[in-house]
Amino acid sequence: MTRTSVVAPGAPAGAAQHQGVHPGADAGGRPGADIGAAPDGSWAVATPFISCHDVHRSFGSTQALRGADFAAGAGEIVAVMGPSGSGKSTLLHCLAGILVPDKGEVVFSRERIDTLSEARRSELRRRRFGFVFQFGQLVPELSAEENVALPLLLAGRPRAQAFAEARPWFARLGIEGLEGRLSSELSGGEQQRVALARALVADPQIVFADEPTGSLDSLNGEQVMELLVDTARERGTTVVIVTHEPRVAAYADREVMVRDGRASCTPDRSAWAPPRQAGDGDAA
Amino acid sequence: MSVSYALLGLLEQDPAGGSHGYELKRQYDEYFGRDKPLPFGQVYGTLSRLARDGRVLAKGSAPGEGPDRRLYAITEQGEREFAAWLAAPVAPEAHLQSLLGMKMTLALLLNRPADAYLDSQRCVHIERMRELTNRRRSASFVDQLLIDHALFHLEADLRWIDLTTGRLDRIAKELKQ
Repeated sequence: MTRTSVVAPGAPAGAAQHQGVHPGADAGGRPGADIGAAPDGSWAVATPFISCHDVHRSFGSTQALRGADFAAGAGEIVAVMGPSGSGKSTLLHCLAGILVPDKGEVVFSRERIDTLSEARRSELRRRRFGFVFQFGQLVPELSAEENVALPLLLAGRPRAQAFAEARPWFARLGIEGLEGRLSSELSGGEQQRVALARALVADPQIVFADEPTGSLDSLNGEQVMELLVDTARERGTTVVIVTHEPRVAAYADREVMVRDGRASCTPDRSAWAPPRQAGDGDAA
Repeated sequence: MSVSYALLGLLEQDPAGGSHGYELKRQYDEYFGRDKPLPFGQVYGTLSRLARDGRVLAKGSAPGEGPDRRLYAITEQGEREFAAWLAAPVAPEAHLQSLLGMKMTLALLLNRPADAYLDSQRCVHIERMRELTNRRRSASFVDQLLIDHALFHLEADLRWIDLTTGRLDRIAKELKQ
């Protein structure tokens, strides 16, 4: 696996001093060589960066997850799809350490995280993970700039430095001039870009995105996805996106389907080779 | 060519007993021929070709009056090739609904895993969308418009596939009534 200190051109100031391209990404920011199509055509993740195995999670009498397996390699972008109520958001919350599974294990960077204390998981989320939700979920009392700087302030950066690191993201995401506005003064698309900047500013190793374009029109959704994917590719950030939108899933390297609380990977493509056509020469 | 596979699938409902051309046409028209019934000539022509190629076997005649009552049964080779065709996703292109609808009908009639076939179909569609999405990143403005149009059509197909997945149980019940 490659670990370099290269930071892609255009990365915000401050990115270089604490992070390089994440492990598992090649020089172009694409997933590393341990991820890809196996000889039989199915997808294989030889060295998962984030994974879970046999995860069960219930809410009262409702079983949201019933033995879900998932794995993503470093630098990989994976879409988690499935019908409403299939358990895809619960899977994301378990992977991100927001929820603790009733049974099963979650492993991040070779360390089990489901057995960590809430304080340790909270620290992990703050320092290593970034989050984007459907409705931005900005802090309404704070300006856009303060929202973006928030993860850095929580990580203990001095205020001036946090703001210096936050500011370049506004130009990068095409929202310069909005730094001083409250979230109520921003459109849905603008709010989601601010949320994206907030998720990326601390250079997380994984971004968890739950329906990141769900509240946006097609054009804004496309722009948000391009910004997310371009930035992740440049930095080798792993991205797990929960979505029911095929257009969003099409930005990912591959998709995983969740149905009835179980995740299934891309089917084995080797079985798809069509046979010689029966009745060759038919008119129909 | 889908007519050949449809006839093979209909024959597989009773692999031992077989069926005759008239009954196959009746079933074909009921399930797939709403707008375009299958001409008798095509039924017998297709069955002859399938017999010539070893996919069906002519088994003698069924009792009764009327046109050719020769019985046909699917062979092992026919079963193998039909199963492979049924499981293979349809190329994501316009008007796939008639072919995919035919496959789903046959899968449900024969208790095959229709939901798994639809999952495969979904993957092939998203794969195509992924190719187009990547291509659009470096496409000219005019090409972007064309690619967007193709993406929306593929997305419409996927919505239809999702809805069909959700309705499989109901469709199966109706088919078997």
